[in-house]
Amino acid sequence: MRAWTPSPARPAPVNTIGAWGWVRRNLMATPRDMVMTLLAAAFLFWLLDVVIGWAFLNASFTGVDRSACLKQVQGACWPFIEAKFGQFIYGRYPEAERWRVNLVFAAGIIGLLPMLIPAAPYKRVNAVFLLGFFPVFAFALLTGGMFGLTEVSTSDWGGLLVTLVVAITGIVASLPLGIALALGRRAQLPVLRALCIGFIEIFRGVPLITVLFMASVMLPLFLPDGVNFDKLMRCLIGVALFSSAYMAEVVRGGLQAIPKGQVEAAAALGMSYWKTTRLIVLPQALKMVVPGIVNTFIGLFKDTTLVLIVGLFDLLGIVQLHFTDASWATPETHITGYVFAGFVFWAFCFAMSRYSIFMEKRLSTDAD
Amino acid sequence: MSDPIIRIEKMNKWYGNFHVLRDIDLQVAGGEQIVICGPSGSGKSTLIRCINRLEEHQEGLIEVNGMVLDAGLKNIDAIRSEVGMVFQQFNLFPHMTVLQNCALAPIWVRGMTQKDAEDIARKYLERVRIPDQADKYPGQLSGGQQQRVAIARALCMTPKIMLFDEPTSALDPEMIKEVLDVMVELAEDGMTMLCVTHEMGFARQVADRVIFMDGGEIVEQNAPQAFFSNPQNDRTKLFLSQVLQH
Repeated sequence: MRAWTPSPARPAPVNTIGAWGWVRRNLMATPRDMVMTLLAAAFLFWLLDVVIGWAFLNASFTGVDRSACLKQVQGACWPFIEAKFGQFIYGRYPEAERWRVNLVFAAGIIGLLPMLIPAAPYKRVNAVFLLGFFPVFAFALLTGGMFGLTEVSTSDWGGLLVTLVVAITGIVASLPLGIALALGRRAQLPVLRALCIGFIEIFRGVPLITVLFMASVMLPLFLPDGVNFDKLMRCLIGVALFSSAYMAEVVRGGLQAIPKGQVEAAAALGMSYWKTTRLIVLPQALKMVVPGIVNTFIGLFKDTTLVLIVGLFDLLGIVQLHFTDASWATPETHITGYVFAGFVFWAFCFAMSRYSIFMEKRLSTDAD
Repeated sequence: MSDPIIRIEKMNKWYGNFHVLRDIDLQVAGGEQIVICGPSGSGKSTLIRCINRLEEHQEGLIEVNGMVLDAGLKNIDAIRSEVGMVFQQFNLFPHMTVLQNCALAPIWVRGMTQKDAEDIARKYLERVRIPDQADKYPGQLSGGQQQRVAIARALCMTPKIMLFDEPTSALDPEMIKEVLDVMVELAEDGMTMLCVTHEMGFARQVADRVIFMDGGEIVEQNAPQAFFSNPQNDRTKLFLSQVLQH
């Protein structure tokens, strides 16, 4: 009987490990891979050259009117953005009152950040602040007409302010409404089910523009004379209803994926329908469709640009509006404006997307 | 039988037009352990699911714990909290820890404080011999451990009756024993049990009565000794000859 001595472990070949190993494996494995890598690298360099050239090297950074952006080789016209920045963020909100908007933004961030960080305590207080106190506070502060604040009509609101108001209201309203609709659609009561299906199919079947138009034009026809719904309010209602129909289907997908055994086990323990739905079904269903939910939020955020149709100026709308300013008319003004607006939208949507992935990892209770 | 805890008289059930349970008459006394066996499709699982009204019967009487199960039943949840059920697929709640799984119903159905519920949960996890897994998630446990958690979860509601629907059928052979041991202990403590199972060894050891079902009917029922050594019905003989082969 020979004693067993395991053979010594040797390090892997140098060419296969580390960064060089990765490059060899993924970029240089076959001659065709080499060619593709070289082509891709060439394309990337060209792209980077164009972008950096346009955004930095050939761009103008200072100036007070169009003359700043009329160089021979002209890149971005950043002074245009700088000059109009106030309008892009606040719209026609009076300059003297912009501190109110800033206060609302600050309060929103202070309320939202701890809510998004799972480790932060006092979640219940936080939620009450964010969903109960903050909307009232924001509404009072932004509209004014009370507590000695001058009234600022919603038709003066514009830019990022309008984008955020419409998007956030839509997002916050669509999730609970969507959940309610999804549960209603799966209910046993035929009338409730028919109503929910009808609502969902109608609002999913028409473009958002139609909904906004209907809300803006037709709603006043149904109301008695003199009662006039604020235009922004009509938009908010339209966007919320539209988005909740989409959210309902996303949530329904999650609800369908919950095995029947879960509900049976809860029922066998004596749990009622609502307790089972709240504690067993919804937590699992929502966790499962976080990608779908955030996808809908991101879509909604960008759909807010459609409020231009009913005469409200969101970020994109107000940027487009200022293209008509003659003192800034240059070939690069439009592109610069669109790139700026596009970047702001992208920044918000990317933040939501990254947070979604963070939450998915956090909520995962898989063994791996 | 004086005051049976479960009384079923001439119970019939249809799935649509399919007559799945035919003229079931059954009485179970408190503290009795019953094993129900039979080929698949014989209605055994449907029968015990009718007892806690996970399935509804169309004809006949089912009385559990003194309460009659019928369509006008208002407090089905009250009945279900006295009848515990263990499923073939465990059906643990994957988004909660083992401890939370067990403490959930005492908190939300019986209205206990979290501390009291967790104490009870730990006590029953101790009883099924996995106290150290309390803070794990079901996905991190083996099948046998998960099923024992499921048994503990049902026991935390201190039910008068425990229903087992093929509890070991989804387990690896090595894990069947650990679950059966728990069920044997439960039986020795005097719990009223109805088990649908293929484990004949368990039936011999623990059952007061073995019931054989086929085609939605109760074909034969007897004490295990008599049932296994002297089956009266041809159908029973055939079934036993196939099942007891290995």
